[in-house]
Amino acid sequence: MSLTVLNAIIAVVIAIGFAALNAAYLVWAERRGAGRIQRRPGPNVNGPLGLLQPLADGAKLMTKQLMIPGGADKALFMVAPVLAMAPAIMSFVTIPFSDVIVAKSMDVGVLMIFAFASLGSMSILFAGWSSRNKYGVMASVRAVSQAISYEVPMLITVITIVMMTGSMNLHDLAVSQAGGFWHWNIIPSLASPLMPVSFLIFFICSLAETNRAPFDLGEAESELVAGFHTEYGSMGFGLFFMGEYANIVIGASLITILFLGGWGCPFGLFPSVFWFLLKIYLLIATFIWIRWTFPRTTIYGLLNLSWKILIPISLFNLLLTAGLLKVF
Amino acid sequence: MSAPIHIQPGETFTLNVGPQHPATHGVLRVKLEMDGEYIVHAETVLGYIHRMHELMGENRTYPQVLPNLSRLDYLGALGYTHGHVLAVERASGIEVPERAEYIRAITVEMNRIASHLFWFGAFVMDLGGFTPLMYAIQDREYILDILERVTGSRLTYCYYRFGGLYNDIDDEFIPATKAFIPRMRESLKKYDALVTGNIILQKRLKDIGPLSKELCRKYGATGPVARGSGIDFDVRKNEPYSVYPEFDFDIPVYHECDSFARYKVRMDEMEQSLRIIEQGLEKLPDGPIMPAKKPKLIKPPAGDYYQAVETARGSFGIRIVSDGGKNAYRFKLRSPTYSNMHLFDEACEGMLIMDALALMGSLDLVIPEIDR
Amino acid sequence: MIKDTIKKALQELFPVPEPVVAETPPTEAAEGEETKAKKTVKEGPRVNGVIERDYNACGYHLDAQVDPGELLAAVLILDKAGFFIESITGVDWIKEDQLEVIYDFSRYDFDLCRVVIRTRTPRTAPKVPTISKIFSGANWHERETHDFFGIKFEGHPHLIPLLLPEDADFHPLLKDFKP
Repeated sequence: MSLTVLNAIIAVVIAIGFAALNAAYLVWAERRGAGRIQRRPGPNVNGPLGLLQPLADGAKLMTKQLMIPGGADKALFMVAPVLAMAPAIMSFVTIPFSDVIVAKSMDVGVLMIFAFASLGSMSILFAGWSSRNKYGVMASVRAVSQAISYEVPMLITVITIVMMTGSMNLHDLAVSQAGGFWHWNIIPSLASPLMPVSFLIFFICSLAETNRAPFDLGEAESELVAGFHTEYGSMGFGLFFMGEYANIVIGASLITILFLGGWGCPFGLFPSVFWFLLKIYLLIATFIWIRWTFPRTTIYGLLNLSWKILIPISLFNLLLTAGLLKVF
Repeated sequence: MSAPIHIQPGETFTLNVGPQHPATHGVLRVKLEMDGEYIVHAETVLGYIHRMHELMGENRTYPQVLPNLSRLDYLGALGYTHGHVLAVERASGIEVPERAEYIRAITVEMNRIASHLFWFGAFVMDLGGFTPLMYAIQDREYILDILERVTGSRLTYCYYRFGGLYNDIDDEFIPATKAFIPRMRESLKKYDALVTGNIILQKRLKDIGPLSKELCRKYGATGPVARGSGIDFDVRKNEPYSVYPEFDFDIPVYHECDSFARYKVRMDEMEQSLRIIEQGLEKLPDGPIMPAKKPKLIKPPAGDYYQAVETARGSFGIRIVSDGGKNAYRFKLRSPTYSNMHLFDEACEGMLIMDALALMGSLDLVIPEIDR
Repeated sequence: MIKDTIKKALQELFPVPEPVVAETPPTEAAEGEETKAKKTVKEGPRVNGVIERDYNACGYHLDAQVDPGELLAAVLILDKAGFFIESITGVDWIKEDQLEVIYDFSRYDFDLCRVVIRTRTPRTAPKVPTISKIFSGANWHERETHDFFGIKFEGHPHLIPLLLPEDADFHPLLKDFKP
């Protein structure tokens, strides 16, 4: 009993550490990447290659005063940033980094991650609503309608994959794709000819779910100032920031496990955590690349894309895969 | 964009965009009455950076006002000083040597490209794409470097004098400009590939923010805003001044009336300005840059003089009412964005706030120039 | 040429009893004023009427001075002919105890014709009808002129300070303005 509790605590601490480290250094990577794309150096003063910049940022954020705007709903205002960060960390618990490195392998791992991901939009709603700011309210309404719209095609795509594998355990999902890239879910097989499309849908949805550009309507700075976190400073803002990046890591991990064979080597040799990390960081690099290349979509363009294009296609794919699975 | 929903009375709220807001690029405030994300009514509030240049124009002598003109529009300052010197030269009948006029035209066009480049970057940034701004600023930097060598400043130029120029161009001006032109053409192609063809950008601009011809006329919109609405109006062509009749260039006009048309007009104008610069460098005559005979004290005869020039934002007019003294009796500045911004109030009604701010970006606002 | 048609249309505005006789003297006087500007300062305010100006010398083609009462009719003529509004401004003629409001109009097509319409109103109670019902763009220009000169534009929908502070009760471009 006590061992299980200890295990859980250690798992959570490691997850927090991993999430925080990732968040900090993804900000660095994002800024360096943006710098490269924009023909400027990016942060390069603190430490070699600016590697100490995240520490400086963290120190700055933590030493700032936490301001609560007058008339704000204090309880919700304080809860919102925590709610942004906590589900992201909880999700790490069930993500398998390799065959053995997993805190708690659950039979309903996929379901759990999506359940926690939905909590993220609650935090945005709380933040926007409680800060008593019109920009915040508008941004949070946008973000929530966006989250609802994009969870649907995302889940339909996941159902397709779960149907093919017959398991909701992330570990099983990854194992089923072991042995070379031709076994990966992204490669179309006889039973699932539309898999690359599914991958694309899932990828777009993860961009939208994590509020990344070009779908970052919740924090569209040119019209809504800073969106739902307009009124947040210091570590409140820092938590939103870390939550966002933790969500990106989770999104990339999910894509890796569902479509790219998890920790499997592309050539079927030496499956290990190394491959897993390589894949998620490549995906994150793509996220960064997209962010600094495209302008932002409009809210109606975004909702149209989901309801008029992504959902019909993913539904069609679901039916097709179901039918073909029955045949073969 | 679908049709706006019917508004229930009492269900709207007021949203203050500005005076400090990322989309307004300066201290401009737009009071929006919103129904959700739809704009019911808009009222622009100006004057946050009003400095009363017109009164300064009455209190100072004509040469003393010269630097004021470049403080109107910090992105395309040369066009405004050009207007001022032309107006005073018209009023007091000063002849300008041809070489000076050529150099003026070349530098004004370079400044126009710089201004359009900055607008391009800022506009795409309004739409959420940050990267093009950095590319545009880098290209703008080449222009600023070239202009700095001859004018002595990088932003608020005071280069023209009544009758000519402050100093002649140096040896490096022509080679540097000649090297700049092909580089800029390459960059324009790159912008086309990176930004203009982008589907998200096109979706955000096409059919968004329509400004009809009639609306433009009623509000007196000029410049790229009018030309994006199918109005073939450019002071350089319609009311030729300086040496512009000598150049062979086109006025890009688009008839779609939407934000994308205004975007395309400015992108095409950069190419036309490059053509003018090219021809100007070819035809640049030798000679003095100041007239041999010039009154020591500028005292235009009593009367009422008007001079319009095409700046990067539209038709800039300057009216000098003189009573024969060394100060202007009345010094009126007609700024193009003042009229261009005015139609925003009417045009944005019923639009989504996102589209309205894209429309505002496509008007190319420089707030000190509106407020004067 | 649009210039001639507009000139004719504007001239019809002036209820001159005998047009042939009354029309010529002001034109001559004005041309004289232009060429020999220094000599013709003598006479007082200009007589109402339309004057064709030398474009190269002063930058516009037609110069019409009307009474405030006829302003709307004159502006309507320009509106129907497809002119656009450039600007509105004022001039304080303190010696004549009058305020002048100047309206600038121009055209979008290549038939270049700049028209200036002037109207004068006493300094003590300056009042001019608004043209913002005809040209919506006049709204801000009139507000600005009201800011700077204190001219009341009658019928203006929203005559509050635009460029000056909201509570401004001074008019800085009046010649007797002391900051």
